Amino acid sequence: MLTTIVFLPLAGALLLLLVENRDGRRDAVIRWTALGASLLVFAATLLLWIRFDPSRADFQFVERHDWIPSFGVQYFVGVDGISLFLLVLTGFLTPLALLSSWESIHEKTKEFAAFMLVLESAMLGVFVSLDLFLFYMFWDAMLVPMYFLIGIWGYDRRIYAALKFILYTAAGSLLMLLAIIGLAWMHNSITGTGYSFDLLKLYDLRIPRQFEFWFFLAFTLAFAIKVPLFPFHTWLPDAHVEAPTAGSVILAGVMLKMGTYGLVRFSFPLFPAAAAYFAPALAVLAVIGIIYGALVAMVQPDMKKLVAYSSVSHLGFVVLGICALNVQGLQGSIYQMLNHGVSTGGLFLIVGMLSDRRHTRQIAEFGGLKAVTPRLVAVFLLVTLSSIGLPGTNGFVGEFLILLGTFRWDPRFAAFAASGTILSAVYMLWMFQRVNYGPVTHEVNRTLPDLTVRERWVIVPAVAMAIFMGVLPGLFLKPMQPSVDRLLQRVSRESVASAPHGPAADHAEARLHGAMPADVRVKN
Amino acid sequence: MSSFSITAIVPILCVTAAGIAAMLAEAFREPGERMPISGLGLVGLVGAAISAGLLWGRHATGFGVVSADTFGLFFVMILAVIGVMTMLLSPQLVEREELPGGEYYALTLFALAGMMLMAMATDLLIIFLALEVLSLSVYVLTAIRRNNEASVEGAFKYFILGGFSSAFFLYGIAFVYGLAHTTRLDRIGSALAGDAASHPSLGLLALGLLLVGFGFKVSAVPFHMWTPDAYEGAPAIVAGFMSTGVKAAAFAALVRVLVTAFQPMQATWLPVIWVIAGVTMILGTVVGVAQTNLKRMLAYSSIAHAGYILVGLAASNDVGRGAILFYLLAYGVTNLGAFGVIGLLATRERANDNLASMAGLSNRHPALAAVFAVLLLSLGGIPPTAGFVGKWYIFSAAVRAGDYGLAIIGVLTSVVSIFFYLRVIVMMYMAEPGDAPTSPAPSRVAVFTLAAMVIITFYLGVFPAQVLDLAGRSIGSLF
Repeated sequence: MLTTIVFLPLAGALLLLLVENRDGRRDAVIRWTALGASLLVFAATLLLWIRFDPSRADFQFVERHDWIPSFGVQYFVGVDGISLFLLVLTGFLTPLALLSSWESIHEKTKEFAAFMLVLESAMLGVFVSLDLFLFYMFWDAMLVPMYFLIGIWGYDRRIYAALKFILYTAAGSLLMLLAIIGLAWMHNSITGTGYSFDLLKLYDLRIPRQFEFWFFLAFTLAFAIKVPLFPFHTWLPDAHVEAPTAGSVILAGVMLKMGTYGLVRFSFPLFPAAAAYFAPALAVLAVIGIIYGALVAMVQPDMKKLVAYSSVSHLGFVVLGICALNVQGLQGSIYQMLNHGVSTGGLFLIVGMLSDRRHTRQIAEFGGLKAVTPRLVAVFLLVTLSSIGLPGTNGFVGEFLILLGTFRWDPRFAAFAASGTILSAVYMLWMFQRVNYGPVTHEVNRTLPDLTVRERWVIVPAVAMAIFMGVLPGLFLKPMQPSVDRLLQRVSRESVASAPHGPAADHAEARLHGAMPADVRVKN
Repeated sequence: MSSFSITAIVPILCVTAAGIAAMLAEAFREPGERMPISGLGLVGLVGAAISAGLLWGRHATGFGVVSADTFGLFFVMILAVIGVMTMLLSPQLVEREELPGGEYYALTLFALAGMMLMAMATDLLIIFLALEVLSLSVYVLTAIRRNNEASVEGAFKYFILGGFSSAFFLYGIAFVYGLAHTTRLDRIGSALAGDAASHPSLGLLALGLLLVGFGFKVSAVPFHMWTPDAYEGAPAIVAGFMSTGVKAAAFAALVRVLVTAFQPMQATWLPVIWVIAGVTMILGTVVGVAQTNLKRMLAYSSIAHAGYILVGLAASNDVGRGAILFYLLAYGVTNLGAFGVIGLLATRERANDNLASMAGLSNRHPALAAVFAVLLLSLGGIPPTAGFVGKWYIFSAAVRAGDYGLAIIGVLTSVVSIFFYLRVIVMMYMAEPGDAPTSPAPSRVAVFTLAAMVIITFYLGVFPAQVLDLAGRSIGSLF
């Protein structure tokens, strides 16, 4: 099941490569094939959700085959409550991204669609891999199609942005590769049962303290660059601004989540003692990112750049929730990953629509759109509100849970972070106001067309999803619950066990017990 | 005994016979007659590969100085693969550049025979003999475009420096002989472990001189100076052949000499290899960044790759030695392919080997651009390609040895190297087409060969288990 889902897009991409399309006559065939393949994948991920057993904490749909036996490398995939929705999110956003590029991508349509599908395969692979070698394969393989998407179909400074993107991420991930190898080797030297890249076995491994700290830093650096956590965020605005709309949607919607997913899946449970030790430092960086991202977003004249910096701010929340290491914080973080994918994905789609119409993304070039394109402005408003976190939209649930979890851990972080939610209202609404209200200041804007049928199909699902997730969060939070509980047990037990007298461990233990009262565990 | 001895060198005999046949064929060729001489080479190389397969696991030894152990035979296989690919890519390039066909094929085959002998030799003098056979052939191959200034200049530098390094090597052998009274590797080992250990300075001198000779052939820093000039001057396919075949053969002999004959002195040579590995990786990548000529860039990249392979040697464990074998195979296929693409892009008038001439290649030759991109990404070590598995294996060896220092230098230089490989891809896919003329379409055989290389690159990247196992087992015969 999982293998089919992961490699279905790749098969679609290979199919596309067989189509002869040098003169662009078969563009339509290619677009529909790619869209069909991605919709098929989405349907498959939905089926996965239906068949997923929400009461179990362990991995489901597990497939395990020997791959490189002499090094203990396996093809080992599975899904739990944490990764399930990230798969669905990937399946949800890819068709929207393909649909959004229907008219804006004219050149090399075949290659574009193929790269999008290869990218989808790699992203799905990252979320299901339970073998570190396999995970790394997908993690690094993902860079190449994204690099081409930015570099070929991007805007003016696309080459610089693409190169910066790939070098930043590669630098972080190669150090992680060393840590992965180190872990596998430790498994051999500690247990004497040979190398292993098996995540579940490595969870149980007690590695020497010193190595644990270095390995944690290597993993976390890779993920922090991907998130991106302040001060590793500088590649993000460039990549976002220069990428084509579809690239931005996928980048913001799914790829940034891989950083935070990596923290939840790998960094924290593999190295619990180090995680407990470094969590406050990470939280400080996260809070700086929240406020700094928001302040920088506020002064951007370019809509796309504004949304990009808002991502830095929002992802800061997610990291903060993870660092809190309690049920609310972690659940909020995972939920906020999904929210950010939907809302920010939606924002990039809308900015893309505006930029398709006017070939500019400067806020000053717009104004008074409400009178001209009422439908576009209506969905714009809904997406904006969901991004701010208005109650009733998805953003509210995630941010609330994160702030609650953070407050239980350390109220000071929560206080600073809460100011970020206010700032986000300021910069988003201010942008919205300047673009849509007031008089029409540029004559060209008077004749802008409203949403086309295709664009409705692009944006309405995103808006519907934002409201749906705001009204019925339980549908998503419940299947996460067992996996989150189990993750927290793992993190706290290990950190207590490996450092019985350390202050960090006591801290973690206290936090766990503090987090356990059942009455506030699930908000819904 | 004697018939058994012959069997051990059958692979070498196959290739040598093919080389002689190529010379004869050229001699009997009417002027202007087209003759598929490369086919002779293919027959010889396939024969070598088959005989190597048949010899596998039998531990045949020839005349006491050649050993058909699994280690040597694995290298024979690598060299056969490199040779077959070269033979397949050559006809079109030989014709296009108007190289003298008979000489070209004969010299390539003799060089291959020398390389195979070098990989299997267990006596320092035979190693030297093999080294000279392959070097002399390659010197001439470098200069095969007699009227081209760059070609002659590169060959001249290569020849002068190569002559020096051969002399160093021979001098080293003399010292070893003086110390151990033998040139057989296993006996040197026991002598060094025994009474010869009482002359540490003599041993040190011998080791140093031999390392200079090897360092030159594998183009490790600081003996790398000739590499960019020779690669730039030589026809692309020759450069590809040199950068893969010569390197593989030299590494085979280097590993064999160090871990058998000089095993007792491991504590001495290990730090030296460590430093050379680190410096080679750093210099290769850093200087590679500044290159605008593709052949020079690939030359520096090949220097950096020599550094990675040395990491496997510096790790001095089984993982490292297995990694060397796998890496040389992965690197051999991808690097030869990359040079092959450059060769196919050349026209008679222009070499088209500058970064600028790659601009817009994806529009002119989409297939060639795609192949080149895959091969470059593999050289950069991006999964799921052979290059990634090779690097992973090398770094595993370093981590296994607890040597995080070299491993970190390795990954950081990898990031830098990704930068310059990607720069080519940027030009091919993202730059506006320049004024580079469209080169003639590659022949069917060339397309087939490049496709095979891409398939091998992905195969080794996705299903490496069998080859990894084979490489891991092959090194067992060294002890």
